[in-house]
Amino acid sequence: MSSRLVLTNIVRWFILLLFQILLLRNLSFYNMATPFVYILFLLLLPFGIPNLLLYLIAFATGLTLDAFYDTLGVHTAACVTLVFVRILFISVTVSRDGFDEPEPTLGNMGFKWFLLYAFLCTFAHHIVLFFLETFRLTEFSYTLLKCLLSGVFTLFLVTLIEFIFYNRKVR
Amino acid sequence: MRNLWIFISRYNAFFFFIIFFTIGVVLTVRNNSYQRSVTINSTNKVVGDVYNNLNVLKKYMNLGSVNDSLAVENAKLKTEILALKNIDTAKEVLVKDTAGVPQYTYLSARVIKNSITNRNNFITINRGKADGIETNMPVISPGTGVVGFVQDVSDHLATVRSLLHKDTHISVSLKRNNAVGSLVWGDRNSDYRKAYIKEIPNHFKVKLKDTVVTSGFSFFPSGIPVGTVSNTGISTGDNFMTVEINLFNDFSTLQYVYVIKNKLAKEQTELEAKLPNEQ
Repeated sequence: MSSRLVLTNIVRWFILLLFQILLLRNLSFYNMATPFVYILFLLLLPFGIPNLLLYLIAFATGLTLDAFYDTLGVHTAACVTLVFVRILFISVTVSRDGFDEPEPTLGNMGFKWFLLYAFLCTFAHHIVLFFLETFRLTEFSYTLLKCLLSGVFTLFLVTLIEFIFYNRKVR
Repeated sequence: MRNLWIFISRYNAFFFFIIFFTIGVVLTVRNNSYQRSVTINSTNKVVGDVYNNLNVLKKYMNLGSVNDSLAVENAKLKTEILALKNIDTAKEVLVKDTAGVPQYTYLSARVIKNSITNRNNFITINRGKADGIETNMPVISPGTGVVGFVQDVSDHLATVRSLLHKDTHISVSLKRNNAVGSLVWGDRNSDYRKAYIKEIPNHFKVKLKDTVVTSGFSFFPSGIPVGTVSNTGISTGDNFMTVEINLFNDFSTLQYVYVIKNKLAKEQTELEAKLPNEQ
């Protein structure tokens, strides 16, 4: 892994987490749809990272978010789930022996692939997040609705950001 | 044994997931319970500093509205003082508390972090152990309305479990007929201006626009206005009714709060801990 890639990811971590904590924490539609755009950092981590490191990064990211949200453990568990889904999805869809591209961005992988990838990861993350936060089944359908709306909102913002920083590789 | 290792290393993603996910869930559950040792939250030095610095900017932007609300409160207090003086001169009676000093004392605090968008919301204030804050102290907002209970305390900061949290229950009563219920937020509703009163016995008549005040049975002093009844038609199917209320205070613009120190709180909890049926 080149040092440029490492630096890019560190910068991305800071920007996305600051964006989440300082701005998006206060943003929601009717308290129903709350975006969690920081997961874009976990989505865009390079292909070549070993699984253990991937989990450790997700764990640390989640813990940082939890400290700022005062919800110890909730974001951590959600991020770890996201990484699990990420690993499964990538192992199914991308051939293992030669990654042509360094990281799974929209420009590298194409719109269809990225949307499905982001969709699965986002909803895995949000389902764990909202249900752990609520921690009771009496509000099941309501939590599910909240989760769905927030998921759509997050997905929209993630795709939007990816399109803004879109740069197609010449194939 | 070798096969086992091959098996584990082949599906390492899954096993790592189990390990880390379990840690996450354990942290969550521990954070929900009363005995909590880990303090990775906004009473933490680093996290608190970030919010404190951010708040400097926000404070200036809201200076106007905060000033207005304080002026209104000042005016109200001044009229009350005047009224009290009038009574005193006429009767010359000094009302003394049993302990000789007021049971409740107020301590003002600035909100440095607030959230309303989650299922469980917390507020961080700039007072801590050094100012005599302890856990479970009640917190109210300056004009009217309840805010919540102190959850964690560090040296100079404290987190408040706001009313907008699944575990916050506050004992309230209707001003008109003293029917007592339990104030909760967020059952299939995430509007931060609305809350529910549960467990009001069915035989009480509740009307729209009835004022709701704290009952004095929890740690809050009695008679703090909380809100007005906005919906009485919620069916529960048992002997108790649920009533929807509009809260007086707006959580989204909370800038200053009062922490209430209750002189007799410790005494009360010690006494009530002896009761066999209380939890």
